[in-house]
Amino acid sequence: MTSPTVPLRLFVNGDRHEIQVEPRKTLADALREDCGLTGTHLGCEHGVCGACTILVDGKPARACLMFAVQCEGMSIRTVEGLAPDDETLHPLQQAFWDNHGLQCGFCTPGFLMLAAGVLEENPEPTEEELVEALSSNLCRCTGYQNILKATQCAAEAMRE
Amino acid sequence: MSHLSERPAAPVVGRTLPHESASLHVSGAALYTDDLVGRTAGVLHAHPVQSPHAHARVTGLRLDKALEVPGVVRVLTAADVPGVNDAGVRHDEPLFPTEVMFHGHAVCWVLAETLEAARLGAAAVEVDYEPLPSLVTVREAIEAESFQGAQPVMVRGDVAAGLDRATRVFSGEIEFPGQEHFYLETHASIAQLDENGQVFIQSSTQHPSETQEIVAHVLGVPSHAVTVQCLRMGGGFGGKEMQPHGFAAVAALGAALTGRPVRLRLNRTQDITMTGKRHGFHASWRVGFDDEGRLQALDATLTSDGGWSLDLSEPVLARALCHVDNAYWIPDICIHGRIAKTNKTSQTAFRGFGGPQGMLVIEDILGRCAPRLGIDPAELRRRNFYTEGQTTPYGQEVRHPERMELTWQAVLDQADLAARSAAIAEFNRTHDDVKRGLALTPVKFGISFNLTAFNQAGALVHVYKDGSVLINHGGTEMGQGLHTKMLQVAATTLGVSLDRIRLAPTRTDKVPNTSATAASSGADLNGGAIKNACEQITQRLAEVAAARLGVPAASIRFRDGMALSSDPQEGNHADPAEPHGISWEDLVVAAYFERVQLFAAGYYRTEGLHWDSTIFQGHPFKYFAYGAAAAEVEVDGYTGAYRTRRVDIVHDVGDSLSPLIDIGQIEGGFVQGAGWLTLEDLRWDESDGPTRGRLATQAASTYKLPSFSEMPADFRVSLLEHAHEEGVVYGSKAVGEPPLMLAFSVREALRQAAAAFGAPGTSVHLDSPATPEAVYWAIEQARAGGDTSVIEHAADHASRPAVPRDGHRVDGHGNGRDGASVDGTGAGHASATRAHAIPTDLERGAYPATPPAQVKR
Ligand code: FES
Ligand code: FES
Repeated sequence: MTSPTVPLRLFVNGDRHEIQVEPRKTLADALREDCGLTGTHLGCEHGVCGACTILVDGKPARACLMFAVQCEGMSIRTVEGLAPDDETLHPLQQAFWDNHGLQCGFCTPGFLMLAAGVLEENPEPTEEELVEALSSNLCRCTGYQNILKATQCAAEAMRE
Repeated sequence: MSHLSERPAAPVVGRTLPHESASLHVSGAALYTDDLVGRTAGVLHAHPVQSPHAHARVTGLRLDKALEVPGVVRVLTAADVPGVNDAGVRHDEPLFPTEVMFHGHAVCWVLAETLEAARLGAAAVEVDYEPLPSLVTVREAIEAESFQGAQPVMVRGDVAAGLDRATRVFSGEIEFPGQEHFYLETHASIAQLDENGQVFIQSSTQHPSETQEIVAHVLGVPSHAVTVQCLRMGGGFGGKEMQPHGFAAVAALGAALTGRPVRLRLNRTQDITMTGKRHGFHASWRVGFDDEGRLQALDATLTSDGGWSLDLSEPVLARALCHVDNAYWIPDICIHGRIAKTNKTSQTAFRGFGGPQGMLVIEDILGRCAPRLGIDPAELRRRNFYTEGQTTPYGQEVRHPERMELTWQAVLDQADLAARSAAIAEFNRTHDDVKRGLALTPVKFGISFNLTAFNQAGALVHVYKDGSVLINHGGTEMGQGLHTKMLQVAATTLGVSLDRIRLAPTRTDKVPNTSATAASSGADLNGGAIKNACEQITQRLAEVAAARLGVPAASIRFRDGMALSSDPQEGNHADPAEPHGISWEDLVVAAYFERVQLFAAGYYRTEGLHWDSTIFQGHPFKYFAYGAAAAEVEVDGYTGAYRTRRVDIVHDVGDSLSPLIDIGQIEGGFVQGAGWLTLEDLRWDESDGPTRGRLATQAASTYKLPSFSEMPADFRVSLLEHAHEEGVVYGSKAVGEPPLMLAFSVREALRQAAAAFGAPGTSVHLDSPATPEAVYWAIEQARAGGDTSVIEHAADHASRPAVPRDGHRVDGHGNGRDGASVDGTGAGHASATRAHAIPTDLERGAYPATPPAQVKR
């Protein structure tokens, strides 16, 4: 209750969030609790499942493994900020939807952000490279086939 | 064709559609229970005080220091419970125990303003424990005769006569572990009370009605004072069928006592150490074949590891017994079942619900015996398939056994099996250090709850004056696509497009007394109920339309947003240019002004079911789902490392309600099954050290879940064609659980690849899960001459010394191999039936005295 908090400025999806956090608060908890962005999910809480994957300065990162205070001044992107605007979905979002790349959906935001980061860096990954990259996240429902298919479709759409 | 299964023209069912919530999932807007915390004011957070002992009496509980922690509001203990201090329906699971029964058992719960304060408060609670002796393994429990619940026996024919008739008789044992659900969303509940004392709980639960019941009995209030809602779950897999109730009750109790909303979300470590898992099993068996490899008799004892309380262990065991036959005709059979009581989490439902465990026993038997019989394993399996007119050991006729054959043949064709088998034989001949294996396995899985009463469901359908429709049903959504299918069923029955229909969250105040969304039966049951509700409405609307169109009501069909006369010649619309119909919207308005009821409560119960659990006979299942899989693996002879090269699946889902959803279920189920059988290795501390009973694999870092890396390089799934299922909603079949068991193909392929390191015809025992380490030992075993743990018995002595039920470590040769041999040491309890006499030394002398394999672990 009385644990000291520090002021922190987070830039998330282009918005500025002035929040107060305990220094040991994870970025995932800060996003969920202090920024109200519950699209970032917590599956394992120790860096294995990737459900909490977000982009920090454009690179995929595990929000459960970072302290919020580490991100002062950095640009953070969560699933809520993936779509270019309210009317349009990001090609990855559209492809996961169309290809049934999700079941319970709990892993979906993490996979989307992982794939977004991966495709930004390498817009034309081979299937092998893609599988290798996507191996860093876990899904308990789908058996991964449609996640791969969706990411491939999105990559294609993004190249067009 | 039955009315229930008949599809109208241009139905919405059967269309390839994405998940109904996909748009919310991809945008991050989909809400799970714990996402509601930020939307609820004044929430308190709950944190457990967990036992550091596997078994101990709680002799003292001091809360003062905890209450001094800033932010701590209250500590919930047994003294606070106004109703029944129990989290289950069997009243063997105290919510606040005075005797802790497993490592991690919650003694009490701390409520605080923040989760961190609650955690600190929990650490400050002082508990005095008096440690008690504990049983951690199923073998320890068997030895101590620590059992719980019923001990059913499933018998058909005369197993002794069957074994006498058999020309080849073998016996052996197998022990295999459970499985952690690892739904990605951990358990979560948020409870609050309204101004009138009504308790409202948001819970990640597969069984809202039972959560409601348990909360009501803990609070000592009637069920109508408690409402449970489940928006959706981030995976359930059976892990949220029975387990959420206690957590919801703690949250509700906290809310009742403090007047504030209480959130209880388990973190991953808590979830994995506190909640039940798939049951591990031990089985000892004796099996008889004739000269052609036809099964004659099976005598087996299955002991499940139930953990500390009964939970769903009895029905899980029943389903295990009912699936020991898998797809095979076994004329004389006697299966004993029992549930070990151990100091572990209370093992519970998990996709397949005992079915996979029962089937693993027979598949393991066939995999181990095939080389000894000199019959190709796939041929041995096929030869034993049920045929028309045969019944299961529990007396149910096997409907559509030809579908097993069709599915099998379809996989053979799809997988190009003949050519690939030859290629693999050639590969193995020319490679000494790497071997491949290709195995086929079948699945026959009974659909319906074993307990007949659970096979009922309700739904609520509202048509508003503008023609929009709101549906509600008793099933919960955990990713399996149930809601998508239910929208399709409603759209098909009402003849309107999907965008006219909305589905409201599952709540106990909408549809009461629901069954768990489980047993794969969610779509069958709730689909039946929704269809029924929609038909009540269309029947009433048909009268209104008929009067306007001047045709009999019976001729009205609902399709494409219209009520149409099915016979354009009828009625007063002589001009063929004039439409013989009325739009849905106009009809609804007209009906409203004619004071016609535009909403209905639907109900469905599965007909033709009966089950007598005392004699283990009846007709518990509406039908069987069939499937077959072919898996090819490649194994490294130095390390046991392997990869799955290709998997082919053909699965019978009837006429699919939603093909994209169904194929997703098949792929996901298969991968989860492969996880259980090859990767996921629950390790409990079995030592006598201070952390005895602790789950050692309590995180994703140590408990290996299937990831992309383990996926088959080539994965092909198809649905069996022309598979209409009579008497089920729109001709479909359930799909949730059966595909999990297709993964036996991977395990058997690994066994065959390992055996290929030995001489032709080598039989190997493969530990479960078949991790690279287990495969490595299987390879070593093959190189040393193969599995000697399966004992072949001289035919004339076959039936006498049957399966020992005492479960003492019965490997008579003093080796340490788990599950290796039933060549008993004679230690035992003479409680056995005739078929279960303990072998005497004399009789044992009649067996081949081959020492079991020396396998370290
Ligand atoms: S929650 Fe961050 S990796 Fe699993
Ligand atoms: S869709 Fe459920 S965990 Fe991936």
